[in-house]
Order: sequence, then C-alpha cells, then structure tokens
Amino acid sequence: MNRFAINLNYIPLLVTISLFVLMFGLGSVFYQGFFSPQVFLNLFIDNAFLCIVATGMTFVIISGGIDLSVGSVVALTTMVSAALLETYHWNPFPVLVLVLAMGASLGCVMGCLIHFFKLQPFIVTLAGMFLARGLCYLVSIDSISISNPLYASISQYRLPLFGDSSISVGVVIALVVLTVAIFIAHFTKFGRTVYAIGGNEQSAVLMGLPVGRTKILIYTLSGFCSALAGVVFTFYMLSGYGLHATGMELDAIAAVVIGGTLLTGGVGYVVGTLFGVLILGVIQTLITFDGTLSSWWTKIVIGLLLFAFCLMQRAFESGTGKLKAGASAAVQRRQAQVRAMATKDVSAVT
Amino acid sequence: MDLLRNASDLTRHQLFWPLATLALLGVFNAFFSPGFLHLEIKSGHLYGSVVDIFNRAAPLMLIALGMTFVIATRGIDISVGAVVAIAGALAATMIGGTLVIKDGVPEYVTKVPIAVALVAALGVALLCGMWNGMLVARIGMQPIIATLILMVAGRGVAQLITNGQIITIYYQPYFFIGNGFLLGIPFSVYIVAAVLTALVLITRRTALGLFIEAVGINPTASRFSALSSRAIIFWVYAFCGLCAGVAGLIVSSNVKSADGNNAGLLLELDAILAVTLGGTSLAGGRFSIAGSMVGALIIQTLTYTIYSIGVPPEVNLVVKSIVVFLVMLLQSATFRRRVFRTSGMQESAE
Repeated sequence: MNRFAINLNYIPLLVTISLFVLMFGLGSVFYQGFFSPQVFLNLFIDNAFLCIVATGMTFVIISGGIDLSVGSVVALTTMVSAALLETYHWNPFPVLVLVLAMGASLGCVMGCLIHFFKLQPFIVTLAGMFLARGLCYLVSIDSISISNPLYASISQYRLPLFGDSSISVGVVIALVVLTVAIFIAHFTKFGRTVYAIGGNEQSAVLMGLPVGRTKILIYTLSGFCSALAGVVFTFYMLSGYGLHATGMELDAIAAVVIGGTLLTGGVGYVVGTLFGVLILGVIQTLITFDGTLSSWWTKIVIGLLLFAFCLMQRAFESGTGKLKAGASAAVQRRQAQVRAMATKDVSAVT
Repeated sequence: MDLLRNASDLTRHQLFWPLATLALLGVFNAFFSPGFLHLEIKSGHLYGSVVDIFNRAAPLMLIALGMTFVIATRGIDISVGAVVAIAGALAATMIGGTLVIKDGVPEYVTKVPIAVALVAALGVALLCGMWNGMLVARIGMQPIIATLILMVAGRGVAQLITNGQIITIYYQPYFFIGNGFLLGIPFSVYIVAAVLTALVLITRRTALGLFIEAVGINPTASRFSALSSRAIIFWVYAFCGLCAGVAGLIVSSNVKSADGNNAGLLLELDAILAVTLGGTSLAGGRFSIAGSMVGALIIQTLTYTIYSIGVPPEVNLVVKSIVVFLVMLLQSATFRRRVFRTSGMQESAE
C-alpha cells in the first residue's frame, strides 16, 4: 500500500519526463540534424533564464501562492543593469550585487504585504508587475545595448563539453540554482515548511511552523530568482529593454504546471520544473526545425499541453482522494477486526 | 453627534471610496487641465473630455461587468484579453481587409454581411466563455489556471485567424460600433448602458444576484440549499466571454484594425483592477455592479489625467500600481484594524 502511494506521487513527474523524451525522439526521427548534442544543449542555453524563474515560481506554487511579477522583474533587472553600466559607467560587480538585492527586496516587500495584511498573492504580485514594468519605462523607453567588456565576454564565452558542443555561462548558473533549489526543497526545514504551508496553511500554523517568515522568504526567493534570471537574460541579450520578457510569468507558470506541480499547493518537484522548461523549449525547437509552421502554433500547443496536464492533475487528485478514502476504509475495517478480536480475547479470559 | 454618525455611515457605504476617488480625479482635472468639463456640440455630436473618457472606457466597462460576476463566484477570468483579440480578429477577417477603389472612390465591400460577421464573432466569444465555464464548473479546475489555458492559446488562435498579420478594415458601417454617434452620444455608450440596465434588472429584480453571491460565499452550502452552483458558475463564465467579445468588436472597430498579438493586451488586469476598485472583494460574495462601472471610469480617467497634465505616459503603470497597492491595503480588514486601532489609541491618549 505504502509503496503504491509513493509511486502515485511520482506519476506526473514520470509523465512529464517521458513526454520530453518522446518529443525529442519524434524530432530526431522526423527532422534531419535534430538529434545532436548541441541541439539538446541549446535547449538549456535558450531557456536558462526561464529555468531560473520557474525554479523560484515552483516554491511559490508549492506553497499555494502565485507570483505574476517575475517577468517584469527580469525586465527591470536588464534595464537597471544596462543603465548603470552604460549611462553611469559603474563597475559590473556592484551592479550585479545591486540588481540582485533589488529583486530580492521587491519580493520581500510583496511577501510582507501578503503575510501581514492577509492580501491575495494574485493581486499583490499583479501590482508588483505593474510597478516593475513602469519603473523600466521610467529608466528609459528605448532599448539600451550593453558594450561593457566584462558583460560582452561573459556573453560570448562558451564552456566546451564533450565533442564540439558547448554551454553558456547562463546554463551553469541555472544548473547551480536548480541543484541548490532541490537541496532547499527536500533537505531543509524551510523546504519542509513550504510543502506544509501548501498542504494546509492552518495546520502548518497549528504545528508551530514559522509560516509568516517562510511565506515572506518564499516571495523573497522568487524575487531573487527573477533578478538572477534577469542577469542571465542580460548576458543572453546584451541589452536592457522595458519590453524584455513580456509574458514570461505565464511561461514560468506553464513550465511549473507541466512539470507536475499541483496548483493547489503542497505537491511538486523542482526537477519536474526543469523538464517543464525543456518541453516548452522542445516545442519551440520543433516548430523552428519544421519551418512551415508559424510561430503562433507554439502558443496553441502550449495551451493544449497545459489543458492536458491540468486534466491529468484533476484525474490524479480525485484518484488519490478515492485512494485515501479506500485506505481509510481499509484501516477502519482492520481496526474493527482488531477490536472484535480483542473483545473475543477478553471474553475468553473472563 | 448625529452628523458624525451620518458621516461615518456615509463612508461605510460600499460606493463611497470609489466615488470619492473618481470625484477627486475629476476635481483635479477640472483645475489642472483646462477645458476638462467643457462640452460642445459639433455637427450634431457631443464632444468633450468627459464624453471621450466614457467612449474609451466602454470596452473596459463591458469586461468589468462580466468579470464582476465571475469574481463574485470566487473565480477569476484572465483570458478576456485573448477573447477580445479573437473576436476582433474573426470579425475583421470575415469582413475582409481589402480596399476596393472604383473610379477613384473607395467602395465599402465586405465578404459576408456585417450581421453574420458580428454574430459569428460574438458566438465564438461565447464559446470561449463556455469553454472556461466547463473547465471550472464541470472539471473543477482552479479558475486562474482554467482561464490561463485560453489566455495562452487564445492569442495563438487569434494570430491563426489573422494569419499573423494586422488586418485593416475598410468597411465603413463597421466603424459605427466604436466610433459612431447616435443622437449625439457615442454608440458604444449605448451598448454599455443596455448591458448594464439588463444586468441590474436581472440580478437585482430576480433572485439570480442573490444566488451568485451565495455561490461565492459558500459553494457547498449553496449546493445543499438546492442551488445548481455548477450551472451558475458555468453561465457566469460564458457571459464574461460574451462581454469580452462585444468589447473586442468595439476595440477593433475603434482602431479600424485587428491585431491578434496586441489587441486587448493587459485588459484582463485592468478589468480585475476595475472590479476591485469598485469594492467587490476577490474572495467572492457580495458584488457591486455600479462599483465596477465607477472602477472602470477611475482607470480611464487616471489614464486621461496622466496624458493631459503632460506627465510622460510611461509613468502610467507606476501610478496604476501605486493605486492598486493603496486600494488593496484599504480593502484589507487587517490593515484597517491596525490603522483604526492606532487612531483609537491616539484618541484615548488625548
């Protein structure tokens, strides 16, 4: 019984991973040159920032919340970096520290509002989204391209891997973030508390868990991840622009959902999010390789995938519900048997 | 003392704060932008800033109407922007984007009769809403996710309809919806007034409004009291889709073109903001139709104010976000309690 329950928890994750393998396999069969290490690694290179954003979003969604501000914070980070580097000629290192601190504190403020005033995450982060986008345009309406030598060299640097394939610095950062996130989610008190809050916030409070502190930290973490993704995005695009990363919050939420995290909170894996991001990347690559399909098919396919995964989640939820009900019925029967046996024993003794 | 009590009753009224905000904006405009209150009749049409605000706010008011009921049932519909794009794209494609010039005079041609195009566009919008309603009411998905699917896929569908292009409409009679005047007043205002009157009659003169509020306050309890919550939720989403469809027609008629990518962009957020500004809580339950209308007018007046006093339009988003922050703090019971407690302490100290 117990083993079966654990397997059930992994089902969405397994479906996601097999879907990714299937899509990549189909691409390899149908399109020439698709099956190469570099095509696979390009999935990481082109989606490193999305991976970082989605990792932060995973924590938010596991805790039962939502963060709509991530895309705007990415844009704000690129904008502030570009302005400080190009207009004010700052040294790159203080710029990096400043933008990361800025993202984290924006997240922290939103977390405080959500916790202290019991406001809905949806509307608070919506306001945060407006604010961050607005601040972008206050810095500049036009795109600022970055010519700073350090940024340029990081942007062009490729870390060679096996054969003649390579990855970018952004990928390294994304993988480090992912590893740290997996550690935080599964091996720290903070991670356990996040799952507990998502499972049932009131129970978490009654258990004496630091719910308020954790909630604020979750949004701070998401803000920090967005800022870090913004830094990676700056390396990727070498420019700052207020229209960068529009709609990235939706991509991030889609990646998390496809990755098998339940939107009701409490269930999910950070690894799943990585595969969610990779699936989004594969869809885009498939459409590029095909050449005859137009770009808007990407959106339609992502929408259909989201629909399929939500349906699966619903089926899964009601499935576990029945299973739990079945399990508790079995437990009750067993208890009744034990009680009956005990009374028999007692009567035998007397 | 009585006067004081009356004043406090007044401030406690649901519509007090929205109306006060609107009045404040109006007074501000009357002082700082000359000619704000000026109305004149030019060639039989009423012209003036106030008329302009009403005309431009029409799509937002319509969507806010649909959104009010969705939010009252504890839901949210973030796909309205995409539905606006779909409806506009379909109408524009069916009318056709060709300019026919005969003997140097442009002729008004349309591929199908205009009535067919309008009915088709509204029908598809209704179907979109019913799709959302089915996902929420039948399958039991979370509203934000159910509508996220259409929000992502809908933009793709809209671009599919227009083939990724911006379709310009040259058919004169179509312009009447968004630009026409009837008895000197913009036609779009009539549409809003008609929908508004019908809704107020249906929800306040019959028990439907009460039912919707009951579903929002406690879906389980209302099901036990023999309300068909599922049907109510389903039709609320369907109606919201229809409202978005009408708004899509007005928008595309107003700008005389359909753009699958940008039509109705961020309109869902403005609509949610309008409903919240009007005093309907995102937690469901009591709703205020008049409040949502005032909320939509506040947003449009705010935009107008920002443009008219010569502040760069980029600030618009920042101002909007500050307004959202203020409003949600005022709506938060915890925040009010804290503020009132401190003011009470000050009084007792005196």
